[in-house]
Amino acid sequence: MNRIDETFKRLRQKKEKALVGFVSAGDPNISQSLRLIKAMCESGVDILELGVPFSDPTSDGPVIQRSSGRALKSGVNLKAVVEMTREIREFFAHTPIILFSYYNPVLAYGNKAFYNDALAAGADGLLIVDLPPEESEEMTSEWRGNDLSLIRLIAPTTPQERMAKIAASASGFLYLISKIGVTGSDGLDTGDISEHIKRLRSVTQTPICVGFGISTPQDVAAVASHADGVVIGSAFERLIEENLENPEIVSLLAEKVRACKAATVETS
Amino acid sequence: MLNFKSETYPDPRGHFGPYGGRYVGETLMPALLELEKAFFDIAQDPSFHYEFHDLLHHYVGRPTPLFHAKRLSTHLGGAAIYLKREDLAHTGAHKINNTLGQALLARWMGKKKVIAETGAGQHGVATATVAALFGMECRVFMGTEDIQRQAANVQRMRLLGAEVIPVSSGTGTLKDAMNEAMRYWSGAVHDTFYVIGSVAGPHPYPVMVRDFQKVIGEEARSQILKETGKLPKMLIACVGGGSNSMGLFYPFIEDPVEMVGVEAAGKGIHTGKHAATLGSGTIGVLHGSKSYVLQDENGQIMEAHSISAGLDYPGVGPEHSMLKDRGRARYASIEDGQALEAFRKLCLFEGIIPALESSHALAQALIEAPRMSPDDIIIVNLSGRGDKDLGIVNQHLKF
Repeated sequence: MNRIDETFKRLRQKKEKALVGFVSAGDPNISQSLRLIKAMCESGVDILELGVPFSDPTSDGPVIQRSSGRALKSGVNLKAVVEMTREIREFFAHTPIILFSYYNPVLAYGNKAFYNDALAAGADGLLIVDLPPEESEEMTSEWRGNDLSLIRLIAPTTPQERMAKIAASASGFLYLISKIGVTGSDGLDTGDISEHIKRLRSVTQTPICVGFGISTPQDVAAVASHADGVVIGSAFERLIEENLENPEIVSLLAEKVRACKAATVETS
Repeated sequence: MLNFKSETYPDPRGHFGPYGGRYVGETLMPALLELEKAFFDIAQDPSFHYEFHDLLHHYVGRPTPLFHAKRLSTHLGGAAIYLKREDLAHTGAHKINNTLGQALLARWMGKKKVIAETGAGQHGVATATVAALFGMECRVFMGTEDIQRQAANVQRMRLLGAEVIPVSSGTGTLKDAMNEAMRYWSGAVHDTFYVIGSVAGPHPYPVMVRDFQKVIGEEARSQILKETGKLPKMLIACVGGGSNSMGLFYPFIEDPVEMVGVEAAGKGIHTGKHAATLGSGTIGVLHGSKSYVLQDENGQIMEAHSISAGLDYPGVGPEHSMLKDRGRARYASIEDGQALEAFRKLCLFEGIIPALESSHALAQALIEAPRMSPDDIIIVNLSGRGDKDLGIVNQHLKF
């Protein structure tokens, strides 16, 4: 069993939901980013999503645009992110690591080389924001196996029939986008979300994690009562951005992670 | 000659050979599938064609003239140069052909709000214009650098009732405006139609924009046959995203006619400050489709540069990438200074002030014509007029 499946199984037994933590790899630079990531993993992140910085992040709001920009400025690219994965894996043997990227950096790296290198470094999955199932065969056909889970996105705009088709090709977990718009937008509607989860559950057994616009422990608790996991990205990045010069940044981030993780534990 | 029958490209999922396709976030995928269906439905509908062509005639002023630039041709002493006068279309550029088609489609789909990205401002003006014509709400995303250098068009858009949204990310040019338009669309996809201005973007935009722009080539082809009894030897058009060139080229695709697309070489290819995507780019994915892209070895998109805001773009339409690979079209590039020189020449020899974008195509004609026989014909797409560029031209030419 791979690390992602193991994680969901373990959490189910403990009656917890997964806290999926996203961070732009290399923000603000590689060494500081590794410190922040280690703190996140030690403080309760169950699944780590490492964002690969890209010059033109069209699905991201201003917070992740800026974090991606800081990482790029310090020279971070996909090669460096693969290296970071290797280093994180040395410290955390069981935490699933998902690389979260736009397609162009992966394409430039080479689909085949990327698969081999990412796997060898200890990555468990890949989520490519702008590679819908219709176009992804060109990538997976170059993979020498299927040991890397391809995490698929489901949007509030995705019709039922399409949901079923996407779910059928998914592995690891499904990433349900909580609402239309880019990452980090305001206004969470848990009523809508539970409706979308219900629709999605009717076509799949794959765990469902919900992301976009979830920022507080209250949000986490509200969404975790319906989903198998919650994804937090912009809220962590906002904290990092606001505390770039603050010597307490690592412990502040750890504290935020702990508060969010506590909200994933079923109370009923 | 290779088979370029109109039915062949793109394939049902929008691929032009290895290029094109649909590389977008899931939030936008259903909207693109819906748009594709609507576009193919409307294309079968005679009343749409009637209304489109009726408006092209009575509102845009088509057909635009095909003008024999005799003094310029004589001066160059080679091929006869004909200008396809898209600068005389309503709003002063070819862009209106496409925005009219897309606005009709938006209305047919029941969308009352439109958004657009713009570089030189011509597409923004053309979108604001049709939005006013159809009573739609219009938002135009424009880079802050372009707002500076194309101020006249910003005023025109505002007069036409559009909201111009400044985009300061990146270099504040066309690429960044398109990023922001895509982000906005992701949050407003249920009631907003995105009017893309070039043969770029995800499927069905490249084929849709080509179909709305092919009127340029259809007219030019019948005009030149009527006037001279023969086909031209060469077509020349500038290429940013590539809509005016594709509109001119496409109806000639099966004819024995040479096609030359002209990119912006900016300050010179060797300086790295240019927008010659086909000339020196590599294959990548930008703004929803696969095509040649200016990028570094890590797949980060590079900044383009051109004196002309409309060509200042590090991507290009996927169909152009296919035409390049198959050798059906040739792609040259022209530096800022050469474009300015051609700009001045057309003013003085023919009494026509061209857009800086179109001046790149003219500059290429200045190179090609003297090498050709006086029996040969070159059609240059004069894609827009230059009033919008007077400020920037004055900085360089000091007229």
